[in-house]
Amino acid sequence: MYVGKSVTRTDAYDKVTGRTRYTDDLCDRGAYTARVLHASIAHGRVVSIDISEAEKIPGVVRIFTCFDVKEKHYFPTAGHPWSTDPEHQDVADRLVLTEEVRFYGDDIAAVVAEDEVSAAQALRAIKTEYEEYSFVLDVQEAVKEGAPQIHKDYPGNILKHTTIRKGNYEEAVKEPGLVRVEGWYETPAVQHCHIENFICYAQMEGERITVTASTQIPHIVRRVVGQALGIDWGRVRVIKPYIGGGFGNKQDVLYEPLCAWLSMKLGGHLVKLNVSREETFVCNRVRHAIRSHIISWVRPDGTYAARKLEAYSDQGAYASHGHSIAAKGAGAFPQLYPCENIEVDAYTVFTNKPVGGAMRGYGIPQAMWAAECHTDEVAARMGMDPVAFRRKNLMPKGYKDPFSKNELYYDSFNQCLDKAMEAIGYERKYKEYQNQTGMIRKGIGVSVFWYNTAVWPISLETSSCRMVLNQDGSVQVQLGETEIGQGADTAFAQMTADALGVLLKDVHVVSCQDTDVTPFGTGAYASRQTYTAGCAIRQTASLLKERILTYARDLTRMPVYNLDIKEGNIVRITDGRILMTLGELSSEALYSMTNSQHLTAESTAQIKSNAYSFGCTIAEVEVDIPMCRVKLLDIVNAHDAGTLINPALAEAQVHGGMSMGIGFGLSERLLFDEKTGRTLNGSLLDYKLSTFMDHPRLKAVFVENPEPTGAFGTKALGEPPVCSVAPAIRNAVYQATGAAVNEAPLNPHNLFLKFSEEGLLPD
Amino acid sequence: MYDIKALYEAESIEHAVQLLTEHPGAQIIAGGSDVLVQIREGRRAGAELVSIYGLDEMRGVSLDEEGAVRIGSLTSFSHITRDPIIQKYIRVLGEAVDMVGGPQIRNIGTIGGNTCNGVTSADSASTLFAWDAVIELTGPEGVRRLPIHEFYIKAGVVDLRPGELQTAVIIPRKSFAGYQGHYIKYAMREAMDIAAMGCSVNVKLTPDKSRVEEARIAYGVAGPVPMRAHSAEQAAKGRAVSEETCRIFAQAVLEDIRPRDSWRASRALREHIAVVLAERAFKEAVRRCGGETDEQTV
Repeated sequence: MYVGKSVTRTDAYDKVTGRTRYTDDLCDRGAYTARVLHASIAHGRVVSIDISEAEKIPGVVRIFTCFDVKEKHYFPTAGHPWSTDPEHQDVADRLVLTEEVRFYGDDIAAVVAEDEVSAAQALRAIKTEYEEYSFVLDVQEAVKEGAPQIHKDYPGNILKHTTIRKGNYEEAVKEPGLVRVEGWYETPAVQHCHIENFICYAQMEGERITVTASTQIPHIVRRVVGQALGIDWGRVRVIKPYIGGGFGNKQDVLYEPLCAWLSMKLGGHLVKLNVSREETFVCNRVRHAIRSHIISWVRPDGTYAARKLEAYSDQGAYASHGHSIAAKGAGAFPQLYPCENIEVDAYTVFTNKPVGGAMRGYGIPQAMWAAECHTDEVAARMGMDPVAFRRKNLMPKGYKDPFSKNELYYDSFNQCLDKAMEAIGYERKYKEYQNQTGMIRKGIGVSVFWYNTAVWPISLETSSCRMVLNQDGSVQVQLGETEIGQGADTAFAQMTADALGVLLKDVHVVSCQDTDVTPFGTGAYASRQTYTAGCAIRQTASLLKERILTYARDLTRMPVYNLDIKEGNIVRITDGRILMTLGELSSEALYSMTNSQHLTAESTAQIKSNAYSFGCTIAEVEVDIPMCRVKLLDIVNAHDAGTLINPALAEAQVHGGMSMGIGFGLSERLLFDEKTGRTLNGSLLDYKLSTFMDHPRLKAVFVENPEPTGAFGTKALGEPPVCSVAPAIRNAVYQATGAAVNEAPLNPHNLFLKFSEEGLLPD
Repeated sequence: MYDIKALYEAESIEHAVQLLTEHPGAQIIAGGSDVLVQIREGRRAGAELVSIYGLDEMRGVSLDEEGAVRIGSLTSFSHITRDPIIQKYIRVLGEAVDMVGGPQIRNIGTIGGNTCNGVTSADSASTLFAWDAVIELTGPEGVRRLPIHEFYIKAGVVDLRPGELQTAVIIPRKSFAGYQGHYIKYAMREAMDIAAMGCSVNVKLTPDKSRVEEARIAYGVAGPVPMRAHSAEQAAKGRAVSEETCRIFAQAVLEDIRPRDSWRASRALREHIAVVLAERAFKEAVRRCGGETDEQTV
């Protein structure tokens, strides 16, 4: 059996030797280069674009402006499964190039040139005239009367407002003896910073267009390219090779439609669009900045009587994933600490800023920041230990959510807290760090997180798998679920080997998705790959096995029910004798002069369940108060992700998420110029992505409670590791200094302001 | 792909001067870690380049006949850090340039490039200011030397005349004999960053280690170009080695520095940090001189 073993990644050797080929490696050298001209105002209308000088530059092939987009096919970009119900479809508010500018960086023209240098020269030579409108950058300003209107169909700039009501908040707060704790919590826009910037290339063959893209969601890209070009979706072929990370940015359709449109305009010539790092910060997607307001009413015994959350999610200029992010975060609020009386209001608001999309955690890191900063403040106000307070109020074993039908089958929170506390020596350190007075202090902090695997019942959950038996008894496996660096292919191979009864070396996962041949699947997001693909793999392996054993019956004259496949052999169950190898059977099947068969199986698993995937972070810090700096000394994440398919890969996944959480907590934020709306720090120098030097040794521990709804007992681990890191760091600083920093990140800028306010800095 | 109009490779310093004279608009390129970035950003797109990277005579650290430390302008940061002369006489410079960017940048980046770029945040610059470094320039008229504070004219502009290139950075013996220094880079992360502020202090104590004979302090990012804080230097001169002296020295820097208010850091944060850095760097420099300040680190 391979599930549960730390087998080597299927792509390990190719990746470390540089043999793996990514989009840019695959693109033919004869491709034209496309570069996008971005608007240099935050809000307005393009009046004219003068390309006369730019066109003269040698090497420039063609320049297209927003005025060349005659057929206006508005398209949505979110990497959500399509809904056949128009009410549930994503907002179609994008055009390949736009006259209406809604943020500083919007796409208004594109240069196609023979090389990058002439394309860059042409961009600099284009002159644009705008009619400028007033703009708005702050969510709460944007909802005020008289604020600039960004989309005509969304008055007040509110993309969506949803509520959750439970019990009666207004009545419940009248209970005598309640303590009221209130706070505002804020997380900034951050960017994914995957290693490989977004890149794609497109060309036509006959009436069809092929787009090769660095994406997490090839089948969704096919649909959206079809929508954006106004052509039948079957005319679009999308190929997804290996990609250098996505973290949700590539769970959105980015420049595939524009690239395809340019190729079509140029008679199908090969066009490559390679986005720069600077553009990645501004013109792809960012994590939604969310401002949350929480009021809790707490009884003297430390239980919640009533709670209220208002969350304002900054969508930026276009709908993209929209309200789904705020809604996911808001949905966690009543569940994490169940309470009889709840009011939740979540708003997603357009502003003239870069577009918010999917990013690892999908609203949960923001929600946990608010919820878990607040939890420590409540515990402090009640004079309770932060862990004891959590244990008293967290979702208990046996909790069932009426909407998702999710159930917490185990005592996951307490088990994770126990493991993490032990791993870091929490009890001792917590006591030791109480009531320090020096200028350099230590602290230790906890945060838990809530996460939900996959998207059912909000959206479709489907996974299709194809298995093809080769002459030698090995098997090719194809899935619509994508390898994006997380190790999905390896997990798929392990699961296939176990489900079919073959050796791991005989499972060949086809890593590349090609919508012409790959079974339909919606791609990598929602930490769903292993969970959903596992169901399709198990189901398809079972079908293939049945076909193989039926064929074996004819060759061995044994009844099917007495046969099995083990380690690549046809085995008689009754005595365990190996009757033949799978390779012998397969060769016979393919080359038989009397009964030739291509043994394959293909099936779709529809998954109508999902699974809670919980855990926590504990962080230990040293705060240098005069320097306004936090040094992370130690950190541990504990996860109940169910059965681990590959423990080494699971650990690596947690390390990556922790690293992202460290940046979110300590250093990362995008800044925007109040005067122009321009992104100020859109480069890896000025955007302070954390480095190895900012990390202590990262620890990951696991509680493996098998998930009963899944095929292999597994559940989400892709996104969960990032969700609780930042608030744990913040709570450690809170213990060390008593300063409640409620605006992420805890960088020197924010710490200086807070420490000054608290009178912590020496004169 | 870089937008470069032409690249001329110099075979000697004289040849470099000749190429620069023949191509007056040309930009000198050494390691390229600044110039190539600027070309990519479009700021120097289409430039003519004169590469001096092959001029080995401009590499290495030596002691000249007067006992001064001479650093060839093409010496890379990692070579400076590991150089025995640097480690023996001006260790702090080796430490400062070891904080530049990351390992790759420190292997390709040169001290000449770092200073000719004229930016206030250069990790080598504040330390060179604090050591009263002298810049050697070679041009059509021959060699001239000038104090580093005269070399920096304004943000991004240095006194490099037509046809000239910087050939060495020299630290006079009187600057370092008997001194110990300490540099603190204040940045937003532990690697791959530019200084939000850099502070380099060096100190000479009286032979009995009880008094400050002389202290020098220089900052990066406390003004448009690297700068000294002379008020602080005066304030510390002759004072007893003590906690109080540390504080007086540190507070006095506010009389000299004039940091910008920008989104990279507010003026208030920079001023606050300048004082903390001055105190800590001073204290460490004193400790390296064998002196002891009484209390624990603030």
